[in-house]
Amino acid sequence: MTAVDAGLCARWMAATAALVTEHADELTALDTAIGDGDHGLNLRRGFAAAAEAVGDTPGAVLKAAGTALVNTTGGASGPLYGTFLRRAAKALGDDPTATATAFAAALGAGLEGVRRLGGAAEGDKTMIDALAPAVAAFTGDDFSTAARAAADAAASGRDATKPLVARKGRASYLGERSAGHIDPGAASSALLFEALAGLT
Amino acid sequence: MKKLINTPETLLTDALDGFAAAHPGLTVDLEQRIVTRPPSPGKVALVSGGGSGHEPLHAGFVGPGMLHAACPGEVFTSPVPGQVQAATEAVHGGVGVLHVVKNYTGDVLNFALAAELLDDDDIEVATVIVDDDVAVTDSTHTAGRRGTGATVFVEKIAGAAAEAGESLAVVHELAREVNARSRSYGVALSAGTVPAVGRPGFPLGDDEMEWGVGIHGEPGRRSGPLAPARDIAAEALDAIATDMPLTGEALVMVNGMGATPLIELYAMFAEVAHWLNARGVTVSRSLVGNYVTSLDMAGCSITVMNLTPRLLDLWDAPVETPALRWGR
Repeated sequence: MTAVDAGLCARWMAATAALVTEHADELTALDTAIGDGDHGLNLRRGFAAAAEAVGDTPGAVLKAAGTALVNTTGGASGPLYGTFLRRAAKALGDDPTATATAFAAALGAGLEGVRRLGGAAEGDKTMIDALAPAVAAFTGDDFSTAARAAADAAASGRDATKPLVARKGRASYLGERSAGHIDPGAASSALLFEALAGLT
Repeated sequence: MKKLINTPETLLTDALDGFAAAHPGLTVDLEQRIVTRPPSPGKVALVSGGGSGHEPLHAGFVGPGMLHAACPGEVFTSPVPGQVQAATEAVHGGVGVLHVVKNYTGDVLNFALAAELLDDDDIEVATVIVDDDVAVTDSTHTAGRRGTGATVFVEKIAGAAAEAGESLAVVHELAREVNARSRSYGVALSAGTVPAVGRPGFPLGDDEMEWGVGIHGEPGRRSGPLAPARDIAAEALDAIATDMPLTGEALVMVNGMGATPLIELYAMFAEVAHWLNARGVTVSRSLVGNYVTSLDMAGCSITVMNLTPRLLDLWDAPVETPALRWGR
């Protein structure tokens, strides 16, 4: 597959919502260990709203989904995932379809938005640790291949957060005690890319 | 899990419904999820908000002399930007609004997005970030210190200044001064249970306590054997005084986390007062009770503020809210 259209973006959101629902207890367990235990609940609510997003273009769908996330999720994850999708949407513009290359650039714009809003860098034990390698791995002309590579990179990034000491977000209050647990934000980011890879 | 609820899903709505029934002088918008009082034209308005589960914070502090509006989010989850925007639009008096935000990533991000939306509405917004928790020692390598007990001091004193007709710049500066002069430290004897999760936020043995906790059921910096009130007060106040020298007159709060009886809070306050008096600090004003809770967590936080005559006057100014009222 080479082109991304509005329908694919809508299916991406629906697939993410389904994966988040399926893994909600797992996300909650991760967040209970080093946060406040509500990541699964909040994201299930947020992506359920994002899955309702409609639009005529990839940009319109992702903008609506991002806005729904911001307006429904609460916590830090709502603004961060919302910003990721809204910045990606802005980069996609009004084009009815996007090439894999254009989609990769849009994901890069989304990542940049998350970095700016949250102020986290790679290694801080946050969603960035899954998002950044995923976006970097999403390359080439073939969407399916790029998405699969991105999902694998996100999963590796998620697993690599386990030994890290958190420096941003609520887990950072634990200091050294945050080590030994996978970051829940990185885990949900891996689901977002797993959903993308599963579309084709 | 044993709780006085119908279902976890309806708890927030049910509680707001009850809040409306108990406090008919305030307006509860169940659709927007905001609690407001009528705007005061020509005066600065204070809007705050955060996750639910910290009651009476914040809705319990809406009323003359304190907040104009509160935006309760889901349990331990910040409100969304639309809520903050709706609350700010509903209560602004034409001369600016102060957002009082506890320093948690979610609260800070959602209030920042709301402030952007309000900028488009031409409502002038200033934001004070409350970050008084000295238990977060490595604040340059974390999300920064958490906002806890000092939030009550900021909302009361800045609210009094707004009520007195001070400008947004003055109210904002006072709010920052209160935060800069306040420090807190919290301990837990047991973790709270988020209703929708159904299990305590962290494991703690029968003979253990958690030092340096926040207010969201996140574990603290370390666990240890349960200590007597005297030792807890000493360690907490040592941490506070090491960070900010305590001198002269102080406003002191011993705040219950939700599941600790008042008799224990008063026993803690005795230890706190003895410790401070022994070091030449006068306890000029005090609060003992449940003000910034963490659901059914057992434990307390101690907050100390170095007073000035002006801040004391503003603290003493009349206030009439569900959870704090005097002088009217």
